[in-house]
Amino acid sequence: MLARRIIPCLDVRDGRVIKGVQFRGHEDVGDIEDMAGRYARQGADELVFYDISASPSRRTVDPEWVDRVARVIDIPFCVAGGIRSVDHARARLFAGADKVSINTPALENPALIEALAAEFGSQCVVVGIDSRMVKGEWLCYRNTGDPGKISVEPKRMLDWIREAINRGAGEIVLNCMDRDGVRKGYDVQQLAAARELCSVPLIASGGAGAGEHFRDVFEISGVDGVLAASVFHKGVITIPELKAWLLAEGVKVRV
Amino acid sequence: MTTALIDTSTANIASVRYALERLDAPYVLACTPADAAGCDRILLPGVGTAGVAMARLDQSGWVQALRLEVRPVLGVCLGMQLLFDYSLESECALLGLIPGRVEQLDPGEDGPWPHTGWNTLTDLDLSDPLLRGVNEGEYVYFVHGFYAPVGRYAIARTRYGGPVTAMVRRGHVAGCQFHPECSAGTGAQILANFVKGAS
Repeated sequence: MLARRIIPCLDVRDGRVIKGVQFRGHEDVGDIEDMAGRYARQGADELVFYDISASPSRRTVDPEWVDRVARVIDIPFCVAGGIRSVDHARARLFAGADKVSINTPALENPALIEALAAEFGSQCVVVGIDSRMVKGEWLCYRNTGDPGKISVEPKRMLDWIREAINRGAGEIVLNCMDRDGVRKGYDVQQLAAARELCSVPLIASGGAGAGEHFRDVFEISGVDGVLAASVFHKGVITIPELKAWLLAEGVKVRV
Repeated sequence: MTTALIDTSTANIASVRYALERLDAPYVLACTPADAAGCDRILLPGVGTAGVAMARLDQSGWVQALRLEVRPVLGVCLGMQLLFDYSLESECALLGLIPGRVEQLDPGEDGPWPHTGWNTLTDLDLSDPLLRGVNEGEYVYFVHGFYAPVGRYAIARTRYGGPVTAMVRRGHVAGCQFHPECSAGTGAQILANFVKGAS
């Protein structure tokens, strides 16, 4: 039986892992290879690296650190941040990333999803979505890595998930912005609504703070995996402790 | 003990290379069969679709060479699927080294398609040298939308919508549907079993 995935998320800026609170105010939390290797050894099922400064400033992630990560870990990993073309994606995949994730560039140019899926297969193509409730509707946001450039997209989150899958997305990461970094629990209601229409793997992001939050988002929202950052980076919970607890609660995880 | 890693210019051969390097296993990138002349085993990775992969292997001479090969061969992911007779994904003939067809996976209630993530290895043929040190129920990482139904040559299974061939062997030819290079300790064990002598 397929295990639910626990995925530490490492936000990267200038070659260091950082963590922000609701996308504002970042602090340095460590070295990329050290943290990647440590999480892989602890039993993380996958890792995601977001170059959070890449999209607003039109940079792309540096394949050099992608290669360094690929050499040290033996679990899958996904790279995100400013990937705007098939060539950008190819550089990261050939450096050893298993998937690429696109967010703002997909909103700006939805045909990029088709182009990536045609070239590399849908299994490599993750669409990340930053979403927040505005006047009773969940809307998508762009450029969430830069407080100065963040903007709301006139696209409803649920419509965008459907469109992204139709265009070839092989996985959706839904980041519920109001929960990001505050460790008060995932937005189980929003994620359950997304699950209803999401036919590909759905990964929850934003809000992990305690074991109960992970259990609830698996049981109530039915997601395939969860991203979490500060709860792991700050040692609030370790992955082995979390997995042992989830197993005892009846959630299928890999140990 | 040098492994020839068949390179058909598809993405993500880097992960396999680094996995071999972590095992201190010497390898050469083999674009053509001539590149593999000094090697004693052959690793066939693969991503993408069966039709494209077969066309590239054919252009480089590998289809003919693999059909005549006598050294140990390990196909990984799509590389395992290519060992069979026929693919319903691309409606094309495969290498024909192991009897069977590759079909679309129907996950049923077990989850989304494709099959993506960590799943268990079961029904292990523990007499197989590739499975030395591997235990029933260990997890490995799968990413695939097509699969080989379980037949007489399966040496390990998983379950997703129904039984799925996770590992296969016929004589010197073997394969893993999952990605051993991304499957943590269990994957490293299986790769080590292959590159360090299991035939």
